Amino acid sequence: MMHDPRSVSGKTLDISGHCSLLVIGAGPAGLAAAIEAASQGVSVTLVDENPVPFETMSESVPLFYGQRMSGTVRNRNAMMEQMLESRPDLVTAFELGIDVRLGTACWGLFLNSENMRWMDRPVAGLADEENGSSLVTFDRAIVATGRRDMGLAFPGWDQPGVMGAAAAIALAGQYKALDGRRAVILGSTADAMIAALDLAASGVEIACLIEQADVPVGPADLLARLSAQGVEVKCNNCVQSVVPGRDGVEGVVIDGGHLDCDLVVIGVGAVPMIDLLAAAGCRVSYDNARGGFVPDLDEQLCSSFPQLQVVGDCAGIWAGKSMDPAIAETEGRFAARYAAQMLGSTVEPAENTFAAPSPPPEHAFDIGAYRKAWVQRSVLDAETEPHVCQCEEVSAREILEVRPPRYLEWQASDNKARTLPDLLGEAPPDPDQIKRLTRAGMGPCQGRRCREQIQALLALKSELPLSAIPLAGYRAPVRPMPLKTAAPAIEDAAIAAQWDSWFGMPRQWTPFWDVEDFYTVSSLDTEKPHVSE
Amino acid sequence: MSANNPEIAKGASVVIVGGGVTGLSAAFWLAQAGVDVIVIEKGIVGWEASGRNGGGCSHHHSPLFAEEQRLWPLMDELLGYPTEFRPDRIRIALNEKQLTLYSRAVANARGQGFQVDELDPQQVRELVPLAGDNVYAGHYYRFGGHANPHRTVQAYAWAVQNRGGRVLQHTVVTGFRQEGSKVVAVETDHGTFGCDHLVLAAGPQTARLSAMLGVDIPTRVARAEMIVTEPLPLMPIGGIDGNGLYGRQTLRGNLAYGGGPHEWLDAEELPGGQRPSSPLMQSIAKRVAELLPKSAHAKVIRSWAGLIENTPDGRPIIDRAPTLDNCTVATLSGVGFGLSPASGRAIQQLVMDGECSFADISGFRLSRFRDLEPDWDALQGWLPLTLAS
Ligand SMILES: Cc1cc2nc3c(=O)[nH]c(=O)nc-3n(C[C@H](O)[C@H](O)[C@H](O)COP(=O)(O)OP(=O)(O)OC[C@H]3O[C@@H](n4cnc5c(N)ncnc54)[C@H](O)[C@@H]3O)c2cc1C
Repeated sequence: MMHDPRSVSGKTLDISGHCSLLVIGAGPAGLAAAIEAASQGVSVTLVDENPVPFETMSESVPLFYGQRMSGTVRNRNAMMEQMLESRPDLVTAFELGIDVRLGTACWGLFLNSENMRWMDRPVAGLADEENGSSLVTFDRAIVATGRRDMGLAFPGWDQPGVMGAAAAIALAGQYKALDGRRAVILGSTADAMIAALDLAASGVEIACLIEQADVPVGPADLLARLSAQGVEVKCNNCVQSVVPGRDGVEGVVIDGGHLDCDLVVIGVGAVPMIDLLAAAGCRVSYDNARGGFVPDLDEQLCSSFPQLQVVGDCAGIWAGKSMDPAIAETEGRFAARYAAQMLGSTVEPAENTFAAPSPPPEHAFDIGAYRKAWVQRSVLDAETEPHVCQCEEVSAREILEVRPPRYLEWQASDNKARTLPDLLGEAPPDPDQIKRLTRAGMGPCQGRRCREQIQALLALKSELPLSAIPLAGYRAPVRPMPLKTAAPAIEDAAIAAQWDSWFGMPRQWTPFWDVEDFYTVSSLDTEKPHVSE
Repeated sequence: MSANNPEIAKGASVVIVGGGVTGLSAAFWLAQAGVDVIVIEKGIVGWEASGRNGGGCSHHHSPLFAEEQRLWPLMDELLGYPTEFRPDRIRIALNEKQLTLYSRAVANARGQGFQVDELDPQQVRELVPLAGDNVYAGHYYRFGGHANPHRTVQAYAWAVQNRGGRVLQHTVVTGFRQEGSKVVAVETDHGTFGCDHLVLAAGPQTARLSAMLGVDIPTRVARAEMIVTEPLPLMPIGGIDGNGLYGRQTLRGNLAYGGGPHEWLDAEELPGGQRPSSPLMQSIAKRVAELLPKSAHAKVIRSWAGLIENTPDGRPIIDRAPTLDNCTVATLSGVGFGLSPASGRAIQQLVMDGECSFADISGFRLSRFRDLEPDWDALQGWLPLTLAS
């Protein structure tokens, strides 16, 4: 067979190494998985993007840090040491000979599927500050990328000091680099309460928790621990606005008063971090009991790509799991045992790797109704119109009216005004369609701060449950990466030699007056000048 | 039409399969001419190639070029919604080889009466603030340009609706009803739609659908990929490309570029699978950083892939299906965004008048493949790789 020189056929990627088992994320689940697999004789590479470079954190990637990182984050060595201290199992991992790569982000997973078949093996894109980006191949991967926070707009939420609960916990605990003294916590979920307790333990004063619902929604035992410390949950309330100062938040206005604070910690929703999985093309579904969109997993925790297993928070978040890391660790070990078996390990697995992971409780708290209620109260009922998408500066009204972005200065005349229902037909609104038209979610933070709010807004407007709104797509690279960093270190000479802006078909671009009346492949023997556009 | 049959009462005079730019533009021109038209789209409008392309609008090799150039500056007003069309383009060569190639394009355009200015490296740097010391030469096209695919697709769709046409999204065409050599209805998962005329503009699915009507359209499907960066300060002209890339700076400031190897694939049986992109984004990023060195620090924030069908010679087929009385088929063969204002108008005329009045589109007829080798795809190396499990 002839081969098309301009196609991928015969081209190779710049692969810097191979991993038998790649574990992505060194939290409780990923570490347990890596250690278990290594104990069973598997060669393991464990990557974690922490410590995250200061500049990346400033862009709210991967978490919503609210610009409250202290300067110590710039000291990479100190941050590395701090990380080893906060996760002692990392030392065990090193001792077991695991190839541990800290400060290394995975920005893409690429696996052959119906519409992409040319790679020899599954590929992962990695990047770190020193070496830039590189590609590795792998036999199997365990994805343990954890969680991020649902964002929540209110007037002034773009001020430094407004941040997510997971980001606050990471900065206060693992980094010991949270720049703040007094926090107001939004939400009364288990995750909000845990953030309050963690921050208090690290010396931050907790002003109160604010809850829009009538009663706190988190577990009673956490509530009791907060009460014991004198921390109150103010129900039926919300942040009306931020009091801004020179360094960001100086306080908030709530219903019936004012609170001094320099941190506003959003804890209304912990979201499984499925970006890598969704961008790779894993099947995902909305699961109320697991905190939102999660990958479809089989009993061995394999995703729709059998080589990819998923453990820890990115496989599902619920109150009990947030409170007890043992659940995530069990998932990690369970997945690792199967991975080791599939990779041909003959070492007898430890007894505790057979313990099946616990499922979420049956009567789960309805995160759909809860998130919608927060968005109604905080965003739609706000007195001014905060930007839901901070990167592209798009308000809720602009999203729901499907307004062209402001840079177009487009004034739709009345008869031409178009709103959400016009787009819909019979199907639920699609956040990707809204994104294309309003640009909400298209900015450099890659929709991390607005995605779940937009989902809730569309559900509210179309009077549908949150579960009816499809997932806004994720695309690689799931961590923003400079052009020069993204470039391959060594490019296959065949790619360079055959590079064309389009397919390089000779007759496609021959001027119309110069083409034959009847086309045959053999007519290409007569060369005619052409150039791709 | 078959309106008396209650089962197929919801039809229209013209039913168009495919809500990409080709089908939507055809619907726009038909609705504009007062024809009752329905577009049936399996997903959301423009979800496939029409919403995933580079937005380029300068196709001087095509018989529709003159009409493409005439119409784009009018489209915002004609449609009533912004397409983000911006005229003009600068193509940058970084070496002599590129300059020789690009000069062929210039000759084509000039031959048709369009102006192109030659730029020296200094002039390029003045007009293109992100360009660098590596510029070899440039061409300033005083024609062509680019538009925003997402906004253009939606503008067509809304313009169709404003003229009484219907756009049915989330509706999959599953088959056809024929009476002799006439197509009388289109079957979907949401019922059957009667028609006096059928237009097939279903992109990679066009061949599979036309085969159901006994019409053989030779195409093969491939994947192409693009990347986009975070916004950068606006350059005076957004239509900057070269160095083997196509693309543009969007009006928001993002750099959106594509190019490089494509992959041949099987047409999907059930369209709607994933559209993953591959690590080829690295090679695209490398070339954007070479083309515009002052953007090398800019962050890539997305990449994506689109599927496009290609005819054996890579040129469109816009023709009445020869064995049927009332069916028009249209594939733009991988280069259909920029031409869409003109291709839609040509389709409208083929449907209504049987011929195109403003351009000689005889080169787009299906019968040009009369003598095509049966194994043309293998001969051209267009066979998909088998998917190893
Ligand atoms: C990465 C990339 C870059 C490109 N760059 C450019 C460029 O710069 N300039 C340019 O001019 N062109 C470019 N192109 C090509 C251009 O995008 C396509 O040629 C053009 O969009 C084709 O439009 P279409 O309407 O014919 O097909 P499509 O956009 O494929 O639309 C066909 C529609 O039919 C629908 N459909 C299919 N089957 C069914 C069914 N059974 N029932 C109902 N609906 C169905 C599909 O969902 C789809 O929406 C590019 C393409 C890609 C992928």
